[in-house]
Amino acid sequence: MVRIGVLALQGAVREHIKAIEAVGAKAVSVKHKDELQDLDGLILPGGESTTMRKLIDRYDMMQALRIFASTGKPMFGTCAGLILLAKKLVDGEPHIGVMDIEVKRNSFGRQIDSFEALLDLKDIGSNFPAVFIRAPHIVNVGENVDVLGKYDGRIVLARDGQFLGCSFHPELTEDTRIMGYFVHMVKESKRSILA
Amino acid sequence: MVIHTGTERVKRGMAEMQKGGVIMDVINAEQAKIAEAAGAVAVMALERVPSDIRAAGGVARMADPRIVEEVMEAVSIPVMAKARIGHIVEARVLEAMGVDYIDESEVLTPADEEFHLLKSDYTVPFVCGCRDLGEAARRIGEGASMLRTKGEPGTGNIVEAVRHIRKVNAQVRKVAHMTRDELMTEAKNLGAPFDVLLEINRLGHLPVVNFAAGGVATPADAALMMELGADGVFVGSGIFKSENPEQFARAIVEATTNYQDYNLIAKVSKGLGIPMKGIDISKLAPQDRMQDRGW
Repeated sequence: MVRIGVLALQGAVREHIKAIEAVGAKAVSVKHKDELQDLDGLILPGGESTTMRKLIDRYDMMQALRIFASTGKPMFGTCAGLILLAKKLVDGEPHIGVMDIEVKRNSFGRQIDSFEALLDLKDIGSNFPAVFIRAPHIVNVGENVDVLGKYDGRIVLARDGQFLGCSFHPELTEDTRIMGYFVHMVKESKRSILA
Repeated sequence: MVIHTGTERVKRGMAEMQKGGVIMDVINAEQAKIAEAAGAVAVMALERVPSDIRAAGGVARMADPRIVEEVMEAVSIPVMAKARIGHIVEARVLEAMGVDYIDESEVLTPADEEFHLLKSDYTVPFVCGCRDLGEAARRIGEGASMLRTKGEPGTGNIVEAVRHIRKVNAQVRKVAHMTRDELMTEAKNLGAPFDVLLEINRLGHLPVVNFAAGGVATPADAALMMELGADGVFVGSGIFKSENPEQFARAIVEATTNYQDYNLIAKVSKGLGIPMKGIDISKLAPQDRMQDRGW
């Protein structure tokens, strides 16, 4: 069974753990850098990206997260997690800065503009219930990035090799198809590391 | 494509993203920036913090929209604001301004002594205070997307918030383990909507996030509330009425995240200076108890 960590500094940690377990993988809550050691993949959940960044720095986790990324193990960021992964941000300096995309924060407006829509996603399936909460979106992607989903012409789901990034919150729904897709990425990666 | 704003999932989901975080009361842009820099997940824009509302007396109302606007322009984290209990127009004004969350709050003087807002009618989500599961379930029934303990605001005394979180969680545990045929009588006894109790019974927990509020004054207070099962913490007067707000704010954020790391709480609590003074609850006159507002 693959072990998938969820960065548990703040935000929707419990929902991701439930979704990981629902697709038959082992979920681990990660609060300290040492806990990144034995993981096969890592999820950066939704929450407040400014808060998470400050806590990453205060608990001295940034280097450990970048080292984790350099091992080639899969990482999945939702909403705030997408912002943490991006190599470029429209306003401000990048955080972990590993996924070859440029992201704009709060790009659909304030909370009253937050919404749900059904999306058709490449390699995942149709009618996925996407919940957007003060969501960011992907403004630009590098040439090796695979765009998996768009809403209203804006990129909201993409994969860059080991990295998967998403504007919306699959963990707030019962639909585990995106989590299933990520766990598959983790299994493939583990197999290739062992081989 | 059909899109839906203001759905239950979008409104409750917004509060889920705040979990494990600290929401801080601020009265201007400068304080809002201090809160954001300290790692607050949201700020509550107010005209006065609760301890000053107590001191000032008179009628406490929604903040001047200019203050709310100033705070919204100063930070990128979500901004909340308070409306009086039952004050439909204050709530609609805050919604029109684009506030991210409204607190229908007993800290302000109630506008209606019989009815709370029908919060399901609004696109903006609401947080409400509760002292027990009956009150929590009634607010959820009206459409609240987030709860907080009432505690006793502006006192710097954690005792009431502890009472309220323990009470709600004990009652939730009881309902979670009840059989279907026991739930209607429990609904009657608690004064709770039956369907909300059915949902708690099915989920095994409250269907919305429940934060602690009303008396958090130190990092240890914040960690205590997390230990007792709160999903996060509101700090009202505690930060900007302390001797050293920047340091206090950071310390409370860290103690909330790592509430079981006692070495860390000791470290962040060192040399913090004097916290807000605080009030013994038994010295409060009955009319000064804010927690008794709301029905």
